[in-house]
Amino acid sequence: MKKNIILGLAITAAMFSTTVSASTLEDVKKAGVLKCGVTTGLAGFSSPDKDGNWTGLDVDTCRAVAAAVLGDAKKVKFNPLTAKERFTALQSGEIDMLSRNTTWTLTRDASLGLNFAGVNYYDGQGFMVSKKLGVKSAKELDGAAVCIQAGTTTELNLADYFKSNNMKFKAITFDTSDQTIKGFEAGRCDMLTSDQSQLYALRIKLAKPDDAVVLPEVISKEPLGPVVRQGDDQWFNIVKWSLNAMINAEEMGVTKDNVKEMKKSKDPAIGRLMGGQGEKLGLDDAWSYNIISQVGNYGEIFEKNVGKGSPLKIERGLNALWNKGGIMYAPPIR
Amino acid sequence: MYITDKILPELPAPSSSKGVLHWLKTNLFSSPVNILITFLGLFLIYKIVPPAIQWAFIDATWVADTREECLGEGKGACWAYISNRFGQVMYGFYPPEEYWRPNLAGILLILLTSLLFIKQMPKKVWIGAFILLVFPFIAYFLIHGGSFGLSEVGTDKWGGLMLTLIISLVGIAAALPLGIILALGRRSTMPVVKSICVIFIEFWRGVPLITVLFMASVMLPLFLPEGSDFDKLARAMIGIILFQAAYVAEVVRGGLQAIPKGQYEASVAMGLSYWKSMNLIILPQALKLVIPGLVNTFIALFKDTTLVLIIGLFDLLAIIENVLGSDSSWLGFFTEGLVFAAFVFWIFCFSMSRYSMALERKLDTGHKH
Repeated sequence: MKKNIILGLAITAAMFSTTVSASTLEDVKKAGVLKCGVTTGLAGFSSPDKDGNWTGLDVDTCRAVAAAVLGDAKKVKFNPLTAKERFTALQSGEIDMLSRNTTWTLTRDASLGLNFAGVNYYDGQGFMVSKKLGVKSAKELDGAAVCIQAGTTTELNLADYFKSNNMKFKAITFDTSDQTIKGFEAGRCDMLTSDQSQLYALRIKLAKPDDAVVLPEVISKEPLGPVVRQGDDQWFNIVKWSLNAMINAEEMGVTKDNVKEMKKSKDPAIGRLMGGQGEKLGLDDAWSYNIISQVGNYGEIFEKNVGKGSPLKIERGLNALWNKGGIMYAPPIR
Repeated sequence: MYITDKILPELPAPSSSKGVLHWLKTNLFSSPVNILITFLGLFLIYKIVPPAIQWAFIDATWVADTREECLGEGKGACWAYISNRFGQVMYGFYPPEEYWRPNLAGILLILLTSLLFIKQMPKKVWIGAFILLVFPFIAYFLIHGGSFGLSEVGTDKWGGLMLTLIISLVGIAAALPLGIILALGRRSTMPVVKSICVIFIEFWRGVPLITVLFMASVMLPLFLPEGSDFDKLARAMIGIILFQAAYVAEVVRGGLQAIPKGQYEASVAMGLSYWKSMNLIILPQALKLVIPGLVNTFIALFKDTTLVLIIGLFDLLAIIENVLGSDSSWLGFFTEGLVFAAFVFWIFCFSMSRYSMALERKLDTGHKH
């Protein structure tokens, strides 16, 4: 009996030591599939389509990493996670990376044993009002009734914003975003507040979407991005530079369609994007080519999933490139 | 004085105590308060039912390729929202060309159980044992595949109504025997057995199912060696079975307590062993008594399966709310989705309760008041 216990402990210890010593990159290569945590369904960011294939901006971020590491953007196993589960799933090794509409904050970055590998969407809390009100700015809304989802940080942000502007508001809370928009539609409040990326999706749910407008004010910073476990710098670099490669590709005008011709380009910056850097990341030299040819550049995935090419029609805004009025900026590949 | 030596024939009841009018009078208009309530009820029905029928059937859009076809003045429910992705609503992300596998498993189960309903069927016990002990493996091999030339379909692809049914059927089938054993254990005179059962039951009854699922999904992997991939559905299922067994145990214990002491003593006096007396005398009576309570817990379990969304499994409701609801080209039809889900759940729960009533009537031996 005692022998058995010792044997069991030894086996457990051996399992621990083998799995811990292996790097995430090796694990992914060995499994032949990238395990990526996404939402359980969020329009434009991660949502399964009619055939059960996941689509969305967060999903394409996962696909880019799979294309870089495994050479095939389809080799991803999507693991739908709720907000509460997401960090433990990453910590416990159930997933290799998390791309789940997750806001980058100091607490999360510093105290959860995680690393944020960049930003794939700059979000922020915004307002939607009925067009009939004729309001141009949230500052004109002193004393307004606001529809809001209960138990979210949006509630706190809203209170801060109105307090700092010396205005009063009446919060009308709902349990889910669907109820919130119904309340807004029924005229129970003058305005609705939520993350801007969600406001557009909510607006479509109205019977007459054109009757509502999204105000320009953004009252909080919500940079969303992919997350990896702390302590595996090689993997951290791979995820970070997969995202950066997409942003750089947009900046250089390399798209899914022209990537083949661009490979012959004489521009040294494009040349560096196309090859010669893979080894430093521990990847195949075609890593970035695979990303762009299979997934596309950042602008393409943005427009396809949430922008002009999608029913959401979200403006680029903050997410435009730094040289086009936004703040989307990636360090150079060299 | 009127004397007769024959029994007079029965006269029909006076018209004031039969017929529609009489029924209306005694049931709906018997007092001013009842008259008021009747009219209020009629008014509510008038206000609710015709618009609901108008919305759900008359103005509804049944077939549509785009969201726009469902919108517009005077358009009612958009059932195309459900029917366009009906496969996913039923089977989740199960590959469509393999739908025959869960279908076959379902048909097999229905055939096997219907054998049990044939009165003259011999060896019913064996059929029952086959359904409980062998069929789950057949179903698993069919649905999961990976051997006998069937392609593997991982549990992460299971979903929709299929997942709801799998979780609740497995939960019910496994929790019932476990619950009976726990109930017997709790009434045992052996202190160790008794205290183990009491602790088990009180522990699982004391925590909400959502916590159990959360522990199974989030906390358990932290204790397991890193990278070990213990199936999420299996984890959830074990949690549900243990949770449900504790509830079943308490229901069954209620039945055991209701059996008169004489029955226990009589079975001992007959020289029956403990298990024989339980199997032949006590349990058949006790279980019959607690059918309503058992079905109650099973219906509750069936509805509780919707909680599995919090660990990222897509049951019927989750597919409708999260998967269909997040399709950016079909936004804004959550009412239709919820109505459909409610309808499906109602059908299943209602049939369960009707079945339990039929079972009670069939097993009735005249002890009921």
